[in-house]
Amino acid sequence: MPEDRKIKVLVCKPGLDGHDRGAKVLARALRDAGMEVIYTGIHQTPDDIVNTVVQEDPDAVMLSILSGAHNALCPVIMEKLEEQGIDDVLVAVGGIIPDEDKPFLEKKGLKGFYGPGTDLSTIVEFVKNNLKR
Amino acid sequence: MVFMTEFDKIKEDMEEWQNSYPNKKERRKSFRNLSNIDVKRLYTPNDVKELNYELDLGFPGQYPFTRGAYPNMYRGRLWTMRQFAGFGTAEQTNNRYKFLIEHGQTGLSVAFSLHTIYGIEATDQKALGEIGKEGVAIDTLKDMEILFDGIDLSKISTSMTINAPASILLAMYIVTAEKQGHSPEQLRGTIQNDILKEYIAQKSWIFPPEPSMRLIVDTIEYCTKYVPQWYTISISGYHIREAGSTAVQELAFTLADGLAYVEAGIERGLNVDDFAPRLSFFFNSHNNFFEEICKYRAARRIWAKHMKNKYGAKKPESLRLRFHTQTAGVSLTAQEPENNIVRVTLQGLAAVLGGTQSLHTNSFDEALCLPTENAVKIALRTQQIIAQESGVTDTVDPLAGSYYVEWLTNKMEEEAENYFQQINDLGGVIPAIKANFFQKEIANASYKYQQEIENRERTIVAVNQYQQKEPCTVPLLKIDEEVAKEQVNTLNIIKQERDNDKVQENLLKLKEAAKGTENLMPYIMDAIRVYASIGEIINTLKEVFGTYHEDSIF
Repeated sequence: MPEDRKIKVLVCKPGLDGHDRGAKVLARALRDAGMEVIYTGIHQTPDDIVNTVVQEDPDAVMLSILSGAHNALCPVIMEKLEEQGIDDVLVAVGGIIPDEDKPFLEKKGLKGFYGPGTDLSTIVEFVKNNLKR
Repeated sequence: MVFMTEFDKIKEDMEEWQNSYPNKKERRKSFRNLSNIDVKRLYTPNDVKELNYELDLGFPGQYPFTRGAYPNMYRGRLWTMRQFAGFGTAEQTNNRYKFLIEHGQTGLSVAFSLHTIYGIEATDQKALGEIGKEGVAIDTLKDMEILFDGIDLSKISTSMTINAPASILLAMYIVTAEKQGHSPEQLRGTIQNDILKEYIAQKSWIFPPEPSMRLIVDTIEYCTKYVPQWYTISISGYHIREAGSTAVQELAFTLADGLAYVEAGIERGLNVDDFAPRLSFFFNSHNNFFEEICKYRAARRIWAKHMKNKYGAKKPESLRLRFHTQTAGVSLTAQEPENNIVRVTLQGLAAVLGGTQSLHTNSFDEALCLPTENAVKIALRTQQIIAQESGVTDTVDPLAGSYYVEWLTNKMEEEAENYFQQINDLGGVIPAIKANFFQKEIANASYKYQQEIENRERTIVAVNQYQQKEPCTVPLLKIDEEVAKEQVNTLNIIKQERDNDKVQENLLKLKEAAKGTENLMPYIMDAIRVYASIGEIINTLKEVFGTYHEDSIF
């Protein structure tokens, strides 16, 4: 990635979960760290998210899920991204993700898994260090 | 000799005292509570010299209710111990309710599945992964009958955390009780029914603000006539706080919402004293002990003053603010979750010292999952220990008269009034929502709070200080994916067995009524009785009311 270009991040709230405090705080922290941030807002279906990814072409997609729907929603998002031939975007999920669900999600290509109490700087570094392009 | 008042003397002595300790070494430059109010080293009578006991505090159960909603408070009756519970299917949650009642819980509180909260049928693609995860899955009256099976609804009070479809769930509750042989007049409970805070913070809206307000006033009007013991709105600061507001913002925004509902009721032509006694409140209890206590005391005084002076309410019940409290979910840590038991104890104690009417204490594992049976039992026991062992219930409002507590109560009232002015300047609550006023205030406060934690200006034990690397080992409650399949099956069977012509007919009548100005409750009741689903009723109303979309600001 050319050094003068800002990292572009899409922060998303998939599913019906309205707990958006973390997503908003993260969006702001990423912006303060010099990234270009788009926040989708809540109630995003997998199709909504993939369409936004196609339109905006972000470097990273940060999914925030606290409702327990991660195992159902994340794989669908990954499949739909693949259908669009998108394989160079970092896709991370955070929120409330029990440890035991991580191997399954990792296998589907997701990263991150940051939960309550994580320092924002940790996530900012994670994004910088895990970009695929 | 110049006459010296007691206040002058204290002022002089205070200066001398301060000068005697010039090199005071303190751990921090300033001590700020969670509302960013500077807390002084010491409070004296000088900080509350304007306080007039009769006017500002009075007696418990009397105007302005600062000292408590009832004359004898917990000496008469303890607060209702009401654990918010719901997960999986109606049958699973019914078992949890019976477990809680068996262990001494005195009221029910229903957490609904997200698909129920949004009025989406279990069969809808949008419900993918959400069914029964955050609450109990309810689609039709059938589920509600199972949820309360074996629980006598004339004996227990039930709080239902439901907002956009509150009228529908209330109708279901009434019909379920009817089937148990109880009349609506016997029913006691609360629907949250607070749509304004949904736009502000919690986000489970469906329709735009105006038709949503109509539905709320419909329920108020209906209950005033037919379900007189029901609390028609639980005006909620809880979610505002969880979304990141300060305590002062929680106080101010919640009361502003409350007053907006009062205005809407008056606009409908209702007499304020007919419906105001059935409004109740719901606050958060966060980590700063005294700040929380003062918030509750200030809330009662502000409400009483506004109801009396601005809306001309006369009945003491209209002026008396009563509230439920839940300890702050957002304060729970995933790191060393057992420490949460201590946090919850302090938060619960603050709620009790602030005079709460009912209390939910969070379970220690809730930063990780919905609570296990063991975790919820400890949470309930925490309340029972506060109630029965600590002695704090022996006298009413034991902290009154503390210079600090009275000063902070005054300060919080003053800051809330500043917010009322700002909201007023924007044209009221709904215009302020549309201008994203609340949303921005909350987003700023939550970001600031997070930064203060990361800068170590605020300490969260085992999160930013005293951290250990040991992995978390507490057992977690897991919701089986089979729940969703079961729910879809149940819904499909109902749709085969019910009289579908009758369902269509009643939905059509509802739609026509929605276009006019009639009270919609009777139409919703008729649709419920023939097993129309919540999703079907909501979709019918969406056709008339439309839906709401928010600006995604951060």
